[in-house]
Amino acid sequence: MTTTDRHIPDRLQSPLQTRLKSWETLLLVVAVAIFIANSFASPYFLNAWNLSDATFNFTEKAMIAFAMALLIISGEIDLSVASIIALASTAMGAAVQYGAGTPELIAIGLGVGLLCGAFNGALVTGMGLPSIVVTIGTMSLFRGISYIVLGDQAYGGYPSDFAWFGRGYVWWVISFELVLFAVLAVIYAVILHKTNFGRAIYAIGNNPTGALFSGIRVARIKFILFLLTGLMSGVAAICLTSRLGSTRPSIAFGWELEIVTMVVLGGVSILGGSGSIPGVVIAAFVMGLVTFGLGLLNVPGIVMSIFIGLLLIGVIALPRLWSRMRRA
Amino acid sequence: MAGAAPTPPGDMMQMHAKDVAPKADPAEAAPLLALDGIVKTFPGVRALSEVELRLYPGQVTALVGENGAGKSTIVKILTGIYQPDAGEIRLDGRPVHFPTAQDATRAGITAIHQETVLFDELSVAENIFVGHAPRTRMGLIDWPEIRRRAREILDGIGARIDPDVKLRELGIASKHLVAIARALSVDARVVIMDEPTAALSQKEIEELYELVETLKAQGKAILFISHKFDEIFRIADRYTVFRDGQFVGGGPISEVDHDGLVRMMVGRSVDAIFPARTSAPGDEVLSVEGFCHPTEFDGISFTLRRGEILGFYGLVGAGRSEFMQALFGITKASAGTIRIGGMEIRIASPADAVRNGIVYVPEDRGKQGAITALPIFQNVTLPSLARTSRKGFLRLAEEFSLARRYTERLDLRAASLDTEVGMLSGGNQQKVVVAKWLATKPRVIILDEPTKGIDIGSKAAVHEFMAELAAEGLAVIMVSSEIPEILGMSDRVIVMREGRMVAELEGDDLSPETLVRHAAGIAEGDTHA
Amino acid sequence: MLKRLASSREALLVAAIGVLLVLISTRFPTFAAPSNLANVFNDTAPLMILAIGQMMVILTRCIDLSVAANLALTGMVVAMLNVAMPGLPIAVTLGLSLALGAVMGMANGLLVWKLDIPPIVVTLGTMTIFRGIIFVISGGDWVNSHEMSAAFKAFPRADLAGLPVLSWIAIAVIAAAGLFMARTALGRAFFAVGGNPNAAVYTGLDVGRSQFWAFTISGALAGLTGYLWVARYAVAYVDIAGGFELEVVAACVIGGISIAGGIGSVGGAVLGALFLGVIKNALPVVNISPFWQLAISGTAILIAVAVNARSTRSKGRIILKRAEQPA
Repeated sequence: MTTTDRHIPDRLQSPLQTRLKSWETLLLVVAVAIFIANSFASPYFLNAWNLSDATFNFTEKAMIAFAMALLIISGEIDLSVASIIALASTAMGAAVQYGAGTPELIAIGLGVGLLCGAFNGALVTGMGLPSIVVTIGTMSLFRGISYIVLGDQAYGGYPSDFAWFGRGYVWWVISFELVLFAVLAVIYAVILHKTNFGRAIYAIGNNPTGALFSGIRVARIKFILFLLTGLMSGVAAICLTSRLGSTRPSIAFGWELEIVTMVVLGGVSILGGSGSIPGVVIAAFVMGLVTFGLGLLNVPGIVMSIFIGLLLIGVIALPRLWSRMRRA
Repeated sequence: MAGAAPTPPGDMMQMHAKDVAPKADPAEAAPLLALDGIVKTFPGVRALSEVELRLYPGQVTALVGENGAGKSTIVKILTGIYQPDAGEIRLDGRPVHFPTAQDATRAGITAIHQETVLFDELSVAENIFVGHAPRTRMGLIDWPEIRRRAREILDGIGARIDPDVKLRELGIASKHLVAIARALSVDARVVIMDEPTAALSQKEIEELYELVETLKAQGKAILFISHKFDEIFRIADRYTVFRDGQFVGGGPISEVDHDGLVRMMVGRSVDAIFPARTSAPGDEVLSVEGFCHPTEFDGISFTLRRGEILGFYGLVGAGRSEFMQALFGITKASAGTIRIGGMEIRIASPADAVRNGIVYVPEDRGKQGAITALPIFQNVTLPSLARTSRKGFLRLAEEFSLARRYTERLDLRAASLDTEVGMLSGGNQQKVVVAKWLATKPRVIILDEPTKGIDIGSKAAVHEFMAELAAEGLAVIMVSSEIPEILGMSDRVIVMREGRMVAELEGDDLSPETLVRHAAGIAEGDTHA
Repeated sequence: MLKRLASSREALLVAAIGVLLVLISTRFPTFAAPSNLANVFNDTAPLMILAIGQMMVILTRCIDLSVAANLALTGMVVAMLNVAMPGLPIAVTLGLSLALGAVMGMANGLLVWKLDIPPIVVTLGTMTIFRGIIFVISGGDWVNSHEMSAAFKAFPRADLAGLPVLSWIAIAVIAAAGLFMARTALGRAFFAVGGNPNAAVYTGLDVGRSQFWAFTISGALAGLTGYLWVARYAVAYVDIAGGFELEVVAACVIGGISIAGGIGSVGGAVLGALFLGVIKNALPVVNISPFWQLAISGTAILIAVAVNARSTRSKGRIILKRAEQPA
C-alpha cells in the first residue's frame, strides 16, 4: 500500500518498435513484392487506369471486411454477408419496379442491411446461439428469399444516376468506391483503435467472461457489431448493384468466404482478440493485386484461388512451424 | 484446471524448516512409489525444485502444503499430465515414465482430481470407464459389462446413482462420487486423492473414510491431499510437507503435531500473518434480503457496514461464489432485494453492479478476473474508460496515469504497465484486478478466495491492503475456505452449507471448531476436532 | 422414459418427417408410395454420407468446409482416370476414391493437429485449394457422359434387391458408422474429446489425434461420394457440388449435432439429411417453386439451432439438494 520509489515504466518498447515487428509490416512487404513482381511480369500492370480497374476487385468486399474484422475480433462471425447483399439488392430491384428513385434505393439498401444485421444480432446475443450456425442459417434464408422473389429472373432498369456509386469517378482515375473504401478504412481504424468501443471489442474477444466480469455490456456491443456488419453489407450491395446495373439472386455468391479470408489474411485471429484495420487494408490490396496480376497473365480466377488458399494457410502455418523448429 | 499455473516463490525469506522436520526414515519398508529430485518449471516459475515423495503399500501419506506449494503439480506429474524437467520416478524400485495419462493408469496409478474432470454429456457408466472400457472378444466396447461393473463400483462406495443417467443431471456431490468410482475402476496400486472431501457432506465424508480404510487393507498406497487437519490426523499414516515448490519434511504422522505441521507448511507462526485491525464499522452500506436462486442458493439475508470485513465461510460448493455472482449481476436471482445506502436497487448485469458501487474480485483470476492477453493498464482502466476518455475517444496518458495511481498504491511488481497481465505472478495478477476495481471508487468490494494460489509473501500483502481498504471505509465481503484467513481477517462470519446460510458468527463465537461444525453440518459435541 | 423420448432429437425428426409425409400424401398420394420414398432416399444418399463424416468432425469441436471440394476433386480424378483407363475395375475406382479423399482429410487433420490452426481457417483454405486443383488438372474442361465407360456410370445405379447400389452404400455407411460410434474406442473418444477436451487429457485421450482421425474419416467419405456423384450424374467439372458443404453442415445442425462439440448421433445426422431431402423432393410435387428450398432449409437450420441451444443450456453446479433430480 505504501508508495515505493520503484517506478514502473509505462512501456518498454515504443509503439513504433512494436509496429515494425508486426504482422502488418510483413504483409506490407508481401504486397510490395507482389506489386514489383507484377510490374515485371506484365507491361500492362503499371497503367493508372488498369490499376484503378483492379481496385474494384476488392473495394466492395473490403467495406464488409472492415466490419467483419471488428466482429471476428469480438469472437463472433457473420457468414450471411453475401446473402445480405443479395437480399438488399433484390429489395432495391423490386423498388425500382415501383418507380423508386436513387435516394429511396439507398435508403432501402441500407435499411435491409441493418434489418438483416439486427436479425443475426438478436439471434446470437438475445438467444445465445453460436454465430457460425446462425449465420449459416440466415445465409440460406436471406439468399433464399431472393430466389423466391426472383427465381431465374433478374431485375434491371436502375435509374441512370444510380450508376454513379459503382461506376463514377471522383477525380481522374480515383473511383467513388475507392474513396468510400478509404474513408471507411479511416473510420473503422479510428473506431477500433482509438475509442472505448474498440477497446471493449478487444477485451470481449480475448476473454468474454472477463469482459462481462469487468462490467462491459458484452451482448449490447456484439449486437451493435452485427448491425454494423449488416449495414456495410447494405453499402456494398448499393455499390455492387450500381456497378452491375442488374440484380440476380446469385449476386455476390461465395463472397462471405473471400471476405473472411481477407480478414484472416489481414492478421485478425479467427479465435478473436487480436487484429487491426491497417492489416485488413493491406490484405485487401494483396488479394486485389494477386487477382489482377495473375489476370493480366491470363491465369484464370479459379487458379488464383489456389494461391489465396495457400496464402491463408501459409501465413498462419509458417510462423508456427518456424517457432516450433526454433524450439526443437 | 486448479493450480495449473503455480505461482513463483516470490521474494519471501527462506525459513529453516529442515531442522524442524524429521526426515522420513526410508529404512523401515520399501516404498511402492518413490520420487526423487523432481523439478518442474513453467515460464518464469519454478513450480517444483528437487522434491521427493515416498508412498508405501497399505499406508496413507498425507501431502500437506499451502496453495501454490506444488501439490497439484506433483499430482499432474504422477498422472502423466505434466512431464518433469528432471528427477526420477521409481515404481517398485524400477524407473518409470508416464508420457500420457493412459501410461500412468496402465502402471496402476489413479487419481481423484480436485475438480471433477469428467464428461457432462456421457452417461455415468461411460464416465467411469472412458479410456479403459472393457471389450468383447471382437474388440468392441462391451456395454452390458460396463453397466454391470459401474453398478458394482457405485454400490461399493455407497453411491445411489443410476449408471445410465447422463452426468449433467447430477449435482456436484454426486459428480464427485462418480470421479471416485472412476478412480476405483482401474485396478490401481496407487490412489491419489486431491482434496476428495472438499465438496462432500459429512455423511459422504464418513463413507469415504471407510473406503480409504478398505483400500489400505487391500495394500494400496494412498496419497491424500487435504487442507483439513483433523482429517489428516485421523486417516493418514505418514505426512509430507511442500512449501513453495520445495520438500520441507516428512515422516510418520505420529511424530508430528498440529502446530509442527503448520510451522512446516507456512514457515513461520500463523498468528503473525494477519495485520492487526481495529474494527469500527460505520453506517450500513449494503443490505440483502431473501436472495434465492432455483438451483444454487436459498434465502440469503444480511447487512454490511462501512469499514467492515464480512467473511463467508463454507466448504467448496456451498454456494458462496454462486451467491456473490448473483449479487454482482452475472446470474439472475429468482427472488430477493438489495439496498445500497438504504435505497433499493436492481442489478441485472455487472455494469449495473459497478454503477451502484458493488465490485467483485472473482476466484478464477485467469478466466474471470483479468483479461490476461491485454496489458496491465488496459485491464485497470477497462471499467473506468468513461472517466479516462473524452467523448468516447481513448486518452492513453490519462489511462497510464490512472493505472499508475492504483497499481502503485497496491505495490504492483511489473516490468512495465504495458506488460501483459498473463506474464505476472498470481499475486500481482490479483493486484491488477483489485486495482481495476479501486479505480472505480466502489462502496462494496467482494473478494472471492482472494489469496487462492498466491505465494505467502503476496498473501500477506493482500491481507494488508484488505485491512487498509476497510480502514478507509470500504465495505468488504471476503469469501474464503481457509479458516485462518477467515478468523484472522473477518469482523463477522456467515457460514453457508448446501446453498443456505447456516450461521452468522461474531466475536467469541468465532473459532475453528464452530466454523467446521456449521460448514459440515455436524451437531454440537459430535466433532472430531 | 416418455419424457426422454420426447426430448430426443431423433424422435422429433422422425415425427417431423412423418407429419410432412402425411401432409403431402393427403393431396399427392403418390409421394408417400414406397417407390417414391426409395427415390427420395437414394437422392439424399450423398448428403447422408457426407453428414455422417461431418458429424464426427463437429463432435470433436471442428468443422470441415472442404468436403464438397474434396468430393469434386476426387470425382474429377476418378472420372479422368476412367477416360484414360476405361478398363479399370470398379473396385479399384472405389478404393482409389476412398484413399484420395482420406489423404485430403488427413491434410486438414494434420494442419489442425500438428500446427493447431483453427479448423475453419484450414478447411476454408483447403476448400479453395482443392477447387483450384480441379481446374489445373482438368484445364477447366468437363468430363462428359459419353467419355465415361458404361461400367463406371452404371455402378451406383445398378439395381440390387430393389434398391440402387448408391442407396445400399449409404445404408452400409450408416450401419458401419453406427457401430463405430457406439462400440469402438475411437468413436467414443470423439464424444469425449469434444465434450470436454480438458477432461480428455486427464483420461489419456489425445485430442488432436482424435480430431485428425475425424477429418480423415470425413475426407474418405467425401472421396467415396465423389465417385458416386460423378458416376450418377455422369458428368464432372470444376463446380460440381458447389456450396454443398453448407448443406452438409445444415443437415448436421438440424440433426441435433451441437456445433460446440460432444453432442450428436449418426441417427441425427441421417435424419437431418433426410429432412432436407424430403423437402427438396416434395417442393416440385406440391407445386412450390424449387426456389423456395434455400429459404426453407435456412429456416430449418435456425429453428434447429435454437432447439439445440435450449436443450444444452448449462445447468450450473446444482447445489441445492431439492434441485437435483432423484436418480
